[in-house]
Amino acid sequence: MATENGHGPLTSGDYIQHHLQNLQICKVDSGEWIWNQCAGNPMAINVDSMFWSILLGFVFIIMFGAAAKKASPEKPSKFQAFIEIIVDFIDSSVKDTYHGKSSLIAPLALTIFMWVFLMNLMDLVPIDWLPETSKYLGIEYMKVVPTTDVNITFGMSIAVFFLILFYSIRTKGIGGFIAELTLHPIAPPLKGPGIIAAPFIIAFNFILESVSLLAKPLSLSLRLFGNMFAGELIFILIALLGVWQLPLHFGWAVFHILIVTLQAFIFMMLTVVYLTLASEEH
Amino acid sequence: MDINLTLIGQSISMLLFVWFCMKFIWPPLMQAIEQRQAQIADGLAAGEKGQQKLDKANVESKEILDEARKQATGILGQANARANEIVSDGKQDGQQERERQLSLAKNDIEQESNRARDELRDQVAQIAVATAEKILKREIDAKAHEDILNKLAKEL
Repeated sequence: MATENGHGPLTSGDYIQHHLQNLQICKVDSGEWIWNQCAGNPMAINVDSMFWSILLGFVFIIMFGAAAKKASPEKPSKFQAFIEIIVDFIDSSVKDTYHGKSSLIAPLALTIFMWVFLMNLMDLVPIDWLPETSKYLGIEYMKVVPTTDVNITFGMSIAVFFLILFYSIRTKGIGGFIAELTLHPIAPPLKGPGIIAAPFIIAFNFILESVSLLAKPLSLSLRLFGNMFAGELIFILIALLGVWQLPLHFGWAVFHILIVTLQAFIFMMLTVVYLTLASEEH
Repeated sequence: MDINLTLIGQSISMLLFVWFCMKFIWPPLMQAIEQRQAQIADGLAAGEKGQQKLDKANVESKEILDEARKQATGILGQANARANEIVSDGKQDGQQERERQLSLAKNDIEQESNRARDELRDQVAQIAVATAEKILKREIDAKAHEDILNKLAKEL
């Protein structure tokens, strides 16, 4: 634990707070963009999250792009074979679930899996390395695991949400989509005296179905965020333990490898499942 | 932990990355994988075909070899028989020739010895006559003993 800019010794609370604070830039009422005074301001950008997220996106793009560029059926290099193992794994996972024809879903799944995996993997970088380095370079806050930022996970799940809407409307049409939202799970009576109850039933259905539709992106993002945030917090708490942090950190890091991979896989798989459900006819 | 513009930034960058992956990463990798799968399947099929051909060729070559061996055995037997025949023919010829030469030589020898005997006889008679003449010149009248002399000559 280091002291912060000569403001005296750091308490555990300050240390944790500091580690959970994003590097932010925001537009204030006067129209200026200012750093790190953005609590509650919706016009703020978490610069560190965006930076690491895009950087890791490029790591993915460059890694797989290099393999794709040199991809040849004969004599694959070891690197290409490794990339192809991942691609094949994603491809078979997607094919097991989604049976339609789509040139989007498999690459989407690959991007989500690799990107989320890489972002989660930042959790395994020792907790103080990058923040301390950036402090040395004059950047006060540096939160290096983008998936511990709820904006990042929500950003992705909202993109998935719009894809769900797009696929639903594409297969069922707007009418079909509205019917799906209103005529399930209780079918409203269409003739006889019971027709008086139809509007209430439709309203009930709509509320129920809207909640289940909105719960999809919400649960998708909060699951990832919760897991990664909790993992990060435990790393921070372990880092407060003095010399005992060494074995504990190692143990938690090993366990975290599982979480990192599993959460990336779950995010990808649920995306595929949601899109499959969206593109199925009832 | 507030919701802010980062959310939109992340959504946009995600769509861009997905688009890039869909456009430039997934298709070539998938194509390479599928091509290789096809090639491997083809290769295995070709290997199996080749194996079958090899088996067939092995059977055929064995048949041909057996046939050739049989033929060779037949030819060898014939050749042996022929050789035996030639040898026995040769022996017979040789025998005949030897006998012919032998009888010719015998005849020659006989003739020669007969001739030599006649000649010898003549010479002995002459020598005897000459010797007798020389002895008897003084003691015996040639005329008186002519009959004895002739008789002698004849006996010799």
